[in-house]
Amino acid sequence: MADLHVDFLGKRLAGPVIAASGTFGFGPEYAGIEDLRVLGGISGKGLTLNGQPGNEGERLYETPSGLMNSIGLQNPGVQHFIDHELPAMRRCGTTVWANLGGHTIEENVEGVQMLCAAGVDFIELNISCPNVKQGGLAFGIRAADAGEVVSAVRKVCTVPLIVKLSPQAESIPEMCKAVEAAGADAISLCEHLPGVRDRSGKAPSRVQQHVCGPVRPGGASHRPAHGLAGRGGRQHPRRGTGRHFLNGKDALEFIMAGAAAVQVGTANFLDPKACTRITNEIAQWMDATASRRWMRSEGAHGKSPAAFPSKTTPPYRYLPYCIYKICYYKLNNIQEERLWHAKHLKF
Amino acid sequence: MRLTVQWQDRSREPHAGQFYMLRAWAADATPNLSRPISVDDFDNQTGALTFLYQVKGEGTHKLAALKKDDTLTVTGPCGNGFDTAALVGQYKRIAVVGGGIGTAPLLLLCKELCRAGVRPDLFVGFRDTTYGMDCFVPWCRDIYAATDSGKEGHHGLVTDLLDVSKYDIVLTCGPMVMMRGVAKLCAAAGVPCLASLEKKMACGLGACLGCTCHTKIGPVTVCKDGPVFNAQEVFD
Repeated sequence: MADLHVDFLGKRLAGPVIAASGTFGFGPEYAGIEDLRVLGGISGKGLTLNGQPGNEGERLYETPSGLMNSIGLQNPGVQHFIDHELPAMRRCGTTVWANLGGHTIEENVEGVQMLCAAGVDFIELNISCPNVKQGGLAFGIRAADAGEVVSAVRKVCTVPLIVKLSPQAESIPEMCKAVEAAGADAISLCEHLPGVRDRSGKAPSRVQQHVCGPVRPGGASHRPAHGLAGRGGRQHPRRGTGRHFLNGKDALEFIMAGAAAVQVGTANFLDPKACTRITNEIAQWMDATASRRWMRSEGAHGKSPAAFPSKTTPPYRYLPYCIYKICYYKLNNIQEERLWHAKHLKF
Repeated sequence: MRLTVQWQDRSREPHAGQFYMLRAWAADATPNLSRPISVDDFDNQTGALTFLYQVKGEGTHKLAALKKDDTLTVTGPCGNGFDTAALVGQYKRIAVVGGGIGTAPLLLLCKELCRAGVRPDLFVGFRDTTYGMDCFVPWCRDIYAATDSGKEGHHGLVTDLLDVSKYDIVLTCGPMVMMRGVAKLCAAAGVPCLASLEKKMACGLGACLGCTCHTKIGPVTVCKDGPVFNAQEVFD
């Protein structure tokens, strides 16, 4: 069996597959279902400094192409996490990624300080939270805002810092440059797409805001995340973790596009063994192509599968045509999803 | 519709009030999410695990289209369920109240209570006609039925039939409005009440927080902390 371990920002991950935040609890929820030691890490439920009760009302809504959620960042707060969830998360036998968001820079800084002191392996900074000082505009939309919060966090962060970008960013390449300049060690692509669900006729709220999660191939809301990750990955082929897909082939597409590791999100709901299954599928591909060793931490830089195991050729800097095409196709699907929403909205 | 599967994991046998996530379609097929269905019956001799469900949407239609010897993915048992041994140890007069398809998880509950030494009284409410009541007969002391249309049993609400003061505890599962009514009666009479809730859920494991319910004891997940709750904590 292929050796899948990944050297990622100075730490050794057992495999390239990481459970994405918000879809895996804090890890122990899945311990009886799959062997978590083969995972590269578990990104815990998104935290905020003081915790949040989350949204009222219905929180899940299935569309033909994905899952919309309106969880509202429900979490117990950083201190509760450190006291009650972190010990169990450590026992899962894989790296601990703390996913943290905040409504002010100060909240982010304080949360990161506490988490670093508690000894998490990685900080995944969620910059999609509304910034109260900017009238609720998320940190992840304008590159300057993101740079500001990342540089403040960087000063106190003693562990590798991964910044999870928002697909709503004005420009993803600019955002990548800004967060890297501000001291991010890696980027995670990307957060959910926003969506709206019509609830007309259903009291009390006529329209409930949802966040549109990813899901299935052939369907739209899974694909855009895929495509955008490819776009960002092209600008920063050395680092980054892509997210949202269903199988090993999807994962390999990401890796060929330059991702060092991949995160599995909503697929965990569709198949509770998705993380281990995807890891096995990657291993099977590695075995089939006689690759004895997994990619270097910087990923495969878009090499074709045949050339992939070779270490003699210098890494590609640009994606091959086929990946562009996939991006284009997937970005097209964003339009489809929007059309679908437009058709079903009655304002 | 009734669906029976073979459950072979003897280390994890289901108990009354627990449920499974059922999926009879591929990971990339619609509907995206698996469907949480409560355990109607479990035979620990043969491993036959039965689900009783109402065919309503795409998911249950696909479940209903299954044929003999087809395979499907079942994840579970999920949730806390009713702790029948503790209930029987503590209470001797038990009422079980169900409404519509909410009667499905009550069969195994009545069986377990009866085997533990207490035959419960069963109160059921349906829209038009009762269904599946034959199975309950060997396990219950008395069965009281009410229908909205009056075609069968009492014409009215199931709560009309229920005198909670006669019981030490009431266990209920059904539409929220019915459970709220039962909880209200119990609160007024000072009788403890356990309610089994239902919510849309994505994972069934307590990971997604899609089924969170805001209660007097804070936010709880129906799939992991529940589905069985102290009714006084979840209803006002």
